[in-house]
Amino acid sequence: MSRITDHLVIVPIVLPLLAGAAMLLLGERRRNAKAAINLGSTLSLVAIAIALLASAGASSGGAAATYRLGDWPAPFGIVLVADRLSALMLLLTSVLAAATVVFSLARWHRAGAHFHSLFQFLLVGLNGAFLTGDLFNLFVFFELMLAASYGLALHGSGPARVRAGLHYIVVNLAASLLFLVGVSLIYGVSGTLNMADLAARIPGIAPESRGLLEAGAAVLATAFLLKAGMWPLCFWMPTTYAAASPPVAAIFAIMTKVGVYIVLRLWLLLFGEAAGASANFGGEVLLLGGLATVAFGVIGTLASQDLARLTAHSVLVSSGTVLAAIGMGEAGVTSGALFYMVSSTLALGALFLLVELVERGREPGADVLAVTREAYGEDDLDNEEEVGLVIPATMAMLGLAFIGCALVIAGLPPLSGFIGKFALLTAALNPVGSADAGVRTASSALLIILILSGLAAVIAMTRAGMRAFWASPDRAVPRVRIIEMAPVAILLILCAMQTIQAGPVMRYMHATAQSLHTPQTYVRDVLQAEPGAEARRAGPT
Amino acid sequence: MELTVALGIGTLAGAGVWLILRPRTFQVIIGLSLLSYAVNLFIIVMGRLQTGAPVLASRAAGDPSQYADPLPQALVLTAIVISFATTALFLVVLLASRGFTGTDHVDGREPER
Repeated sequence: MSRITDHLVIVPIVLPLLAGAAMLLLGERRRNAKAAINLGSTLSLVAIAIALLASAGASSGGAAATYRLGDWPAPFGIVLVADRLSALMLLLTSVLAAATVVFSLARWHRAGAHFHSLFQFLLVGLNGAFLTGDLFNLFVFFELMLAASYGLALHGSGPARVRAGLHYIVVNLAASLLFLVGVSLIYGVSGTLNMADLAARIPGIAPESRGLLEAGAAVLATAFLLKAGMWPLCFWMPTTYAAASPPVAAIFAIMTKVGVYIVLRLWLLLFGEAAGASANFGGEVLLLGGLATVAFGVIGTLASQDLARLTAHSVLVSSGTVLAAIGMGEAGVTSGALFYMVSSTLALGALFLLVELVERGREPGADVLAVTREAYGEDDLDNEEEVGLVIPATMAMLGLAFIGCALVIAGLPPLSGFIGKFALLTAALNPVGSADAGVRTASSALLIILILSGLAAVIAMTRAGMRAFWASPDRAVPRVRIIEMAPVAILLILCAMQTIQAGPVMRYMHATAQSLHTPQTYVRDVLQAEPGAEARRAGPT
Repeated sequence: MELTVALGIGTLAGAGVWLILRPRTFQVIIGLSLLSYAVNLFIIVMGRLQTGAPVLASRAAGDPSQYADPLPQALVLTAIVISFATTALFLVVLLASRGFTGTDHVDGREPER
């Protein structure tokens, strides 16, 4: 803990917290200063995430960096852990956040109060949830993220958003209470909240307490799976995401992945092969629930009348695919799922942004914006100096970007969605070691559902694209600015980069999946603390 | 004591769940509050029920089972603060929804009968 770089792990939490708090003091008038702070903080987060990713990729062990707050040894103090998965999620979050901030600067950040502060607080919650090494801080960061997201979901106001936001808040408050019940049950049985310590203790849990522990884990998982949008806990999601303002919806695309991340982290850590009698607890639920989510999302995309709802249902398809893949419990499948998760999140974020640009010339989108203006008394939104230049050949650019998003989301070559799905299915159909009939059935079900979901995505996106770009020649061409188009383009270029650099990216994902499936190194890295670590086994049992 | 606490938590949780499922926003917010009381009590109980056990005593360190577990108490404090804040926030949204829709139904419109 002497070198300055050791403290890099906590910066993704502290930096946005300070930036958000500073912006609260600035007042509503000084938008430019706030925009500069928000953008600066978010771009620094990208740089920090890249640094953490590089150091995590170079490390051989499970956890690249363990940060003990106050230098208390691991099971007692609070630890932050940056391993490959955390670093990957941090990078994904910050890239998506940077694109969203840039997009919002064109006009949306003026649609309501405290957008920039709430945005930074959301990043605190997200980054904290990805970095924390114990369950209770996970709860705290989760709540932080949710509290900021409640504000952001209502950004722009209007009856539709308030109604959707009301449901969103009730559902998530109830889920938070379930979260607490799960955490306290697990604490009551095991006497620890540190994830690594918990993983070390689970094999030794007395058989009569095992049921209680598994019940606690199941209650806890309900809270995460609700966040991840697993069927049948996902009915709140499409409405909220479709009603949220576009930049907010884009950053919300990563929020479902928080649920997925925690399932990846906790389930593989606590109920991996080493968990003794509890090994693989709940795997079938993940697999079947994931498949059901994909099916529900597919039906939703086919039934959606407008682009925003279609995108929101595609979010369900994406998280369902990853959940089902995790439920297979194979390192190879997990690495494919990680690859798919990264590319689909980027593409979904881009699509949420793009939808607003495409719909801008059409009536429904104009309605929402008019309501927004009315609610906030911002009649001058159009007269005000608009940021950036208007780009030429708008419709062609929008069309190209739409095709790019559609290709990634449907998982067609040549973009990265295809590689992710392909890697996932290859690993699922060629399981390592002996495969019994159950595994074979599961992987064929996964194959069928994924292929069908790809087909449905193509159909739905084609239909929506034709309606948006071809069917109405008399519509006004939307005025789109470079500052709005650039984030979409950059997100798609990142997807393309992921295709071109598929080898190195896939190697990273594979190493990530390997270390997730062998959690012993993670446990050792977190618990191998300084002096005093020997005397720690004194919990209540 | 175990029975009393368990019945208390059960009553609170039952009433909370019932109220959450009601169609009026005010009932929902009271339900969420009751549920959060139930959960807070539950967290305390998970640190074992003991009467008069000290958190820290000046006597020589002995059997940890003689002491009260301080961790659930810290957790409950955090949980109370967070649920208080989120309830306040929900109250604002509730009022905004009432203002926009003119009804206190959770769907923003009265059901057709």
